[in-house]
Amino acid sequence: MRYLDEFRDGAIARSLATQIAERAQPDRSYRLMEFCGGHTHTISRYDLEGLLPANVTLIHGPGCPVCILPVGRVDQAVALSLSHEVILCCYGDVMRVPGSDDTSLIKARSHGADVRIVYSSTDALALAQSMPDRQVVFLAIGFETTAPATAAVVLRAEALGLTNFSVLCYHVLTPPALDALLGPPADPARPMAEIDGFIGPGHVSTVIGAEIYRALLDRHDKPMVVSGFEPIDILQSVAMLLDLLNDDRSEVAIQYRRVVTWAGNRKAQDMLAKVFAVRDAFEWRGLGSLPDSAYRLADRFAHLDAERRFPLPQHTVADNPACECPDILRGTKHPLDCRIFGTACTPETPVGACMVSSEGACAAYYTYGRGREARTAAQ
Amino acid sequence: MCLAVPAEVIEISGEDALVDLGGIRKRVSLMLVDDVAVGDYVIVHVGFALTRLDRDEAQESLALLREGLAAAGAAP
Repeated sequence: MRYLDEFRDGAIARSLATQIAERAQPDRSYRLMEFCGGHTHTISRYDLEGLLPANVTLIHGPGCPVCILPVGRVDQAVALSLSHEVILCCYGDVMRVPGSDDTSLIKARSHGADVRIVYSSTDALALAQSMPDRQVVFLAIGFETTAPATAAVVLRAEALGLTNFSVLCYHVLTPPALDALLGPPADPARPMAEIDGFIGPGHVSTVIGAEIYRALLDRHDKPMVVSGFEPIDILQSVAMLLDLLNDDRSEVAIQYRRVVTWAGNRKAQDMLAKVFAVRDAFEWRGLGSLPDSAYRLADRFAHLDAERRFPLPQHTVADNPACECPDILRGTKHPLDCRIFGTACTPETPVGACMVSSEGACAAYYTYGRGREARTAAQ
Repeated sequence: MCLAVPAEVIEISGEDALVDLGGIRKRVSLMLVDDVAVGDYVIVHVGFALTRLDRDEAQESLALLREGLAAAGAAP
């Protein structure tokens, strides 16, 4: 496929791996966090860690909107689907995320809830138009990449005057999470990972632009390279980060220039500003409650906001104590450090959210990493 | 979740476009982008074109990567 296959070329990957090995100074370590779950998936799928020298390590970040959705929010969606006779439309990734008391949307469906997977927010809107006697709720999750698609249907529903459509809005924002990862931990007993530089989110940046990271990263004195999602993109970004770190430059650079600009997509940004308001705070699994880190619908669209339209349970629920997801999302633990990884917790029966989405660090390791571990052990 | 893929624009009708995703044809919304023409590549995410892919930048990046490869191959 054009503009994909070229960026998966094995010979170029090996040449980049050689360049990385040459640039890595043996007397220092390079701890690089890929923020985005899409990067985590590529890294596992192509075993990019196997191409890096031992002192260049990749720390998997919290950039998976399914993984950071806390139990209390899953419970709200489950309660809504079970108790208000709505059709709840959601992206497929969120179906298996465990709520409290062994619930999930997929289990709610087996108990009779009308939960439907959609590919696009527009599918949910079309369903509402075709079934005027049913209330259709779109469960909107995702970072800034996905939020414009929600904004678009909110504006469309408003223009159409639909009264049977609403949005349960759990969109979250990238910069506050980056800030939290570099700041003091909310709970001193749960420290953040030591990070030297970031592989920055590519598709989030198509929307918000790369400029926004400059002041933030400068404040924390860390470099970032905004990266594409193919293996060549990520390896090139690692090489660029090593250059920045070797020169002691806390700059933001763009590797993914074919898609990302400094300014981002103004049209999408305008739409986001029109449709959403920033919540005072939002709970993230692993990171705790972060100020200004999520969207809700702006007051003007209150009538399309499922949170205001339906009474929903408001509670925070502790994570399953056996599950290491919170530490994995902060980058302080590896999936293999979790004692239920691959035993009690698998993609079929996930205990923690990192095992649910294919972009979660645990699911990526479960799918691609276990064979390699076994081979390495056998050698 | 932020998975987005490049697709070629085959046909435009109003705010929608028919795109080709490696052989699969799909209708996507152009509501978030301006000035897209048939033959352009767009980055598609959950049924929306998020941005146009800059083909010149892509070619330039690839040319530089291949140069690096050739230089490495020429080295003793």
